Formats: sequence, C-alpha cells, structure tokens
Amino acid sequence: MVTKQLSAISYKLSGKKATIIKKQRSAISSQPSGKKTKIINLPLTKKDVLGLKVGDVVLINGLIVTGRDKIHQFLFYEKPSKKDIPFDLSGTILFHCGPIIKKTDDGYTMISAGPTTSIRVDMYESKIISDYGIRGIIGKGGMGENTLKAMKKNGCVYLHTIGGAAAYLADKIKRVIDVWKLEEFGMPEAMWLLEVEGFPAIVTMDAHGKSLHKEIEKESHKILQRLLKM
Amino acid sequence: MLKLRDGIVELYRKVATSLPPDVEEAIKAAHAVEKKGSNAKRALQIILENIRLARETVRPLCQDTGVPVFYVKNPIGISQMELEKTIIEATRIATERIPLRPNAVDIITEKNSGDNTGIGFPVLYFKETQGSTLTIDLMMKGAGCENIGQTYKLPYEELKANRDLEGVRRCVLDAVCKVQGKGCPPYILGIGIGATKDQVTRLSKEQLMRKIQDVNEISSISDIEKRLLKEINSLGIGPLGFGGKTTALGVKIGVNHRHPASYFVDISVSCWANRRGRLIW
Repeated sequence: MVTKQLSAISYKLSGKKATIIKKQRSAISSQPSGKKTKIINLPLTKKDVLGLKVGDVVLINGLIVTGRDKIHQFLFYEKPSKKDIPFDLSGTILFHCGPIIKKTDDGYTMISAGPTTSIRVDMYESKIISDYGIRGIIGKGGMGENTLKAMKKNGCVYLHTIGGAAAYLADKIKRVIDVWKLEEFGMPEAMWLLEVEGFPAIVTMDAHGKSLHKEIEKESHKILQRLLKM
Repeated sequence: MLKLRDGIVELYRKVATSLPPDVEEAIKAAHAVEKKGSNAKRALQIILENIRLARETVRPLCQDTGVPVFYVKNPIGISQMELEKTIIEATRIATERIPLRPNAVDIITEKNSGDNTGIGFPVLYFKETQGSTLTIDLMMKGAGCENIGQTYKLPYEELKANRDLEGVRRCVLDAVCKVQGKGCPPYILGIGIGATKDQVTRLSKEQLMRKIQDVNEISSISDIEKRLLKEINSLGIGPLGFGGKTTALGVKIGVNHRHPASYFVDISVSCWANRRGRLIW
C-alpha cells in the first residue's frame, strides 16, 4: 500500500524520473530509543492517522509538499483536478512553508526552511484537506475549529514543528525534488516537492478532535481573568 | 560609497545568520528552567541547536528574513538620499549573496520584486546626529510576529482599561493572550504609548532594538516592564505555544507625550529570533 502510493507520485513538470525510496515498512512505528517518539513513513492512510494523538513527538520520513497563502487560495478557488497537479497529494503532508532555495546547475539546494503561521490559511484548509486527501499539516501556531473538524472528519493531523528553526529543519530535508507554480507564485509561494528524513514535529491537533492549542488557550484565559480581576 | 555598501551587505549577513548574544543567553536561561522532558524544553533545545547551526554554516536562521527595518543616525552633512541609494543597492546584493528570501510583493500586480526592494521596502528611518559617526541599525522583522501586533485606544471598556499604566498593563496581557503561540514565542514585546497612531507603532518597534537586559530609566515604567514579564510568563502559553514557563523574554516600553483626548498603546511583537545588529562607520 505504502509503495503503491509512493510510486504514484508523478513528475509532469520536469519529466525527470526521481528515485523514490521504496520501503516496505509500516507507516507509523515507535522508535526503540525514545519512549514517546513515533516514526512516520509517508504516505499515510486514515487508519495510520487515527493512531496519532495530541502530544506525540514524531519524526517524519518521505515525500511532502509545501504550500502557503497563494497555493491555498489557488486550490480553494481554482479547484484544479488531481490530474492537473503534478504531485499526488493524497496521503501526504502539506507543509506551511516558504523556503529559501538556491538554484544550482543540476537542480535546487535547500538553504533555510521553517514553518510559517498556519492560521492565515485556516479559511481554506478544511476544503483542501477533504478535496485532496491530505493526511497531515506541518506548520506552527495551530489552526481553528473548522480545520479541527475537517481533520476529524477526513483523518488528518496537525504536526507542529519548531518555528524559526529553519537551518536545523532544512538539514532534515534530504532533497528538493521538484516545484510547481514557481514562475507564477515565486519562490516562497510555490509548491515544492521535498524528501524529508527525521523531520521533527509534535502532534498538537489530532483526528479525534483534540487540540492542544484549544486547551492552552482556555487555561491561559482563566489565568488572565485572575490577573485582571475580572 | 562602495565600501559602505559592502559593510551593509555584511550587516545583513550578520543579522540574518546570527542572533544577538543577549537574546541567545535569554533563550539558554529559558531552556534551563523549562521542565525536563517537556515539549517546551525540547523546542528550546532545537532552537539553540538551530542558532548554532545557522551561525556556523552562515545560513539565515529563519527562512523568513523578514522586512528589513533600518534606523540610521547620520552626521550632519551626509546625504540621506545617497545613504538610501546605498542601502537599496546593498539590499539587492545581500538578497542574492546570502541568500535572503525575496519578500517584497507588489500590491497591484502581486509580483515579488525578487530582490527585497520596492515601494517603502526596506523601511528606512533617518535621524541627524552630532559628531562624525554614522550608525546604521538593522532589524530583520519576521512577518509571523509582525502580524500579531496590536493597537489599543484607551479607555477600553471591555478590559476595564483606563488611561493610565494599569490600563496599559491590561492591554498588553490581553494582547498576548489573544495571539497565544501564533508568532513564535518566547516573544520580546515592544510597547509604545503616545498621542498618534503612527507615532506609537514606530515607538513600539524601536523598543525591540533594546537589549534584553536593558533597564528603563523611568523607574515606574521599568517596574511595569518587570511586572508584565512575570505575569506574561505565568499565562502558561510557553515556547511556540506548547505550554511552559517562558512565553516572553523581555518587555520594553517607550513613552511619548499624549494629547489630552488621546491615549494610544501599540504592541509590536518580536519572535524569539529578534534579529538586530549595528554597523558603525
């Protein structure tokens, strides 16, 4: 199942055949060394996603795509069909990121790549999750109630990574494989297809409707009321 | 002005790829107090590792190299127009060489200029000074934290905030609680109080150029800075909003005189990556 979906990723733009690591292993496994750390091997199924809970520390392996403001707006309003998108988005992770990438003679080199604030694309995300079969969102800051509902309904998780740690995270990106909409949207806003290895994140919104952000917000507001004596 | 141009390119490189020592020290101190095995501690650990990596490999420590904001103090007789030209040229070169992320987008065409220059981009503030030293301060202001800044107009009934420092305190706590972890905490908060909207936003951003350990010379303001830092850190939002003891590293307040009818409070937020640096010429 895993292999089949991986190989389904096509490269219409460049036409080049990328070598994809095909690994016959379960999509999620526990790391023997770290008690709490789980390993995610992409792509994911709904069942895999249901195995992830708020608070899980994960390391991600496989192919992911980036997308921020413009990609979200485009997918939401223009509704391109799956065959019009050069990458297979089903079962993969959408990374809210506008990276710094340098063009080299034989492709691209990743320089710096951390998460961007996810809440900005909140109004588009629930539709994108359900239309394109996204199983995970990597970002920072968390997302709202509608996205949380869509995650529960469709089987998707929010993977909070470390905002600002862009050199560290760039080193977890092993390859820049391809890009879509580079000319039209520019480097930060294009959709980049990346291969990651050991990319760290924490599950802060799960497919069971739980959100760490909601809990912390509730608690901090209680403290605020006390501080303001209201 | 060729040499100055190269100096500004190097200033860009330093600010984009290394964090000021006072900020790094504050993050180390925060890492030490967070609970063992917590997500807060794990996050700060990765942040510290990232700071080291970025410095050693001379790469931008955050991919959002932000909006460049320049505060220039120029001696009498040095042309501001020439300085502006030099800064713009240095910005183009720095974007290509370091590289920085091109962040300047045309409002009408939506095209990214590709070199971090455009209308009002970078942001430039000039002030003439006595003496012969040209001082160029640069802040590279990330957009995630810029987006969560807020302006309040006092009195504000909802918060029972009057036109006094207690009212300011209520606004700041409310602002932090509203934005939670969306702008990469631990934050540095810059607060500006005064008569006009444009003045307080500029004043609040200028506070972010102050060092973490800098103590306000007005004691009543210094007291409230300390109190606010303590109270913000009791909210439990924590590094990146994961929960924890460190939501802010510093609170800095600047004041101007106000109009009898106006009392504006502006809050500028910096993410933990409070990138700032100085070139003395």
